[in-house]
Amino acid sequence: MIANAGNPLTGDPVVFMPEISPGAIGGRGVKLTEPWIVRAGVIGFSAAFMLVFVCVPLTLVFVKAFEKGASAYVAAITEPDALAAVRLTLLTAGIVVPCNTLFGLAASWAIAKFSFRGKSVLTTVIDLPFTVSPVIAGMVFVLLFGIQGWLGTWLDARNVHILFAPAGIILATMFVTFPFVARELIPVMQKQGTDEEQAAVVLGAGLWRTFADVTFPNIKWALLYGVILCNARAMGEFGAVSVVSGHIRGATNTIPLHAEILYNEYRMNAAFAVASLLAFLAVITLVIKKFAEVKVKDELAVRGNHTAGGR
Amino acid sequence: MSIEVVRLSRRFDRTPAVDGVSFRIATGELVALLGPSGSGKSTLLRMIAGLEPPDAGDIRLAGKNVTGESPRERNVGFVFQHYALFSHQTVAENIAFGLNVRKVPKDEIRRRVTELLNLVQLKGLENRYPSQISGGQRQRVAVARALAPRPGVLLLDEPFGALDAKVREDLRRWILELHELTRVTTLFVTHDQHEALEIAHRILVMNRGRIEQEGTPREIFDDPATPFVAGFIGENNLIRADVTEPHVARWGPLRFAVNGHPTGRALRVYFRPNDVSVSASEGAGLVRASIVKTRFRGPSLELLLRLGEDRHIVSHVPRDVALPEGGANESVVYVGIRAFHAYEES
Repeated sequence: MIANAGNPLTGDPVVFMPEISPGAIGGRGVKLTEPWIVRAGVIGFSAAFMLVFVCVPLTLVFVKAFEKGASAYVAAITEPDALAAVRLTLLTAGIVVPCNTLFGLAASWAIAKFSFRGKSVLTTVIDLPFTVSPVIAGMVFVLLFGIQGWLGTWLDARNVHILFAPAGIILATMFVTFPFVARELIPVMQKQGTDEEQAAVVLGAGLWRTFADVTFPNIKWALLYGVILCNARAMGEFGAVSVVSGHIRGATNTIPLHAEILYNEYRMNAAFAVASLLAFLAVITLVIKKFAEVKVKDELAVRGNHTAGGR
Repeated sequence: MSIEVVRLSRRFDRTPAVDGVSFRIATGELVALLGPSGSGKSTLLRMIAGLEPPDAGDIRLAGKNVTGESPRERNVGFVFQHYALFSHQTVAENIAFGLNVRKVPKDEIRRRVTELLNLVQLKGLENRYPSQISGGQRQRVAVARALAPRPGVLLLDEPFGALDAKVREDLRRWILELHELTRVTTLFVTHDQHEALEIAHRILVMNRGRIEQEGTPREIFDDPATPFVAGFIGENNLIRADVTEPHVARWGPLRFAVNGHPTGRALRVYFRPNDVSVSASEGAGLVRASIVKTRFRGPSLELLLRLGEDRHIVSHVPRDVALPEGGANESVVYVGIRAFHAYEES
């Protein structure tokens, strides 16, 4: 608001500005018209790669599993050690997945909806299990709960066994899988902002009501997506679990560990039969994931519809 | 319900967003909080709603100090700039939300929702989702949702900011009608002076976290108390004139009659393009000028006038005003300033 050398100054700063026609800048769309041979090459290469490295091995698992017929397959997965492994895997997932779902909800809610000291630290630490090798994760628990470990002797004196016991397997699995739910929820929650929650609070809703009626419907597919991924990893985790398990048959073997033991004993068909259970899980996970993915996209788009032209 | 704000302050990282603001709004008033972006008006509104904690000062609603209370307990209606409708609920469910939370009986909720749908003229859309209705309709749903629990105060944060010009104009009129029907104490934040001047009974002009002036739209427009208000409200010419003799400030050939400013002082003088008269013939007190540029702006013409040696001013004249050669460039006219506001340079 300073009039230099007596220039006119009006409330409308664009008076007498040269006009720029909208067509003058940009507006030229880029068309991708590579020769057909290039397109066919790129698509063909990707498809062939997928076929060789993913589809064929996965199919071979089932082929090998059923090589000796259905009865051998059933026998392999119903022998007591195999059933114990299935039970332990289900128990582990049954405890780990709900815990990590709760943690993921709380962490992503905190990160996306509040601002607080140490938020960036929390955001970084959540990714830790992704960056650390699972073997190291397992060894950390050995260090903590082993006989030479910090807590090991104290716990051992009280007859609490973590290492070489289901508790250790559950803890190690929990560590390895805790980012999955939070990682899926954080971007969705951040994109959606806090406007709806604020509106609910001003209208008199409490924390639970706000979460159940406003936040949850907006994130439910992302949550399912995260839970599915978390579950798949919890059931399939090998490295960390292998370190803390002790491989006690019928007691501390999960499905992946049991499959490895059978493999090491050259019981190929039984190994693949057990492995096929995990392969089944992978296929089911993939189907649900695909479906949830589409819905998550909608959840991310909801905000966009809402503010068409805004922000 | 009246609103009273006493020396309210809030800072973000040491920059004060709201800086010791006090004002009072009587029950049933319709008041605009007007200011440029970053002036602290939204922060002030959010503090009244309880969405933002103040660093200092008090907020009283209906005489009761609510400063420490959560938004839930304040019984205010709040309308967000980007609607903030619950995207997974229908129009009717959105409106009913505040009533459901308060455990109002089901048939009463149904009755109230129908009543509000009529009030906001959205009958027939009750089963649509927010993504299936237009921006203007969404904002009306947001207003209905805020009004449903019969709040004592309605707060609107840039309610029409995200809408296009025609819809804004319709909604402005509609808000005025709505206020006449409901008589709920209303405070709305806007950066759009036309919106404030057209709707509000009273305007609080905010700048840099402080209230620069409060008054009726007419007072604010005709009698700006500070250079900021003079510059912010309406279009303005701003020039620097010198007090060269008692009671007269000069800027080139223009002379302004001023009082109470000692000789030798520099003044900032504001005058509106509407207050610059232009005529084809000479007259008493008129100054010779030439037209540099003419621009058509619908009901009026905008003239850029040169008053000799690089001094330019802008005038808005009716499009049928008699101009030499129809307002062609370089034609000579005679101009006078009908009204102006002068402030000493600080």
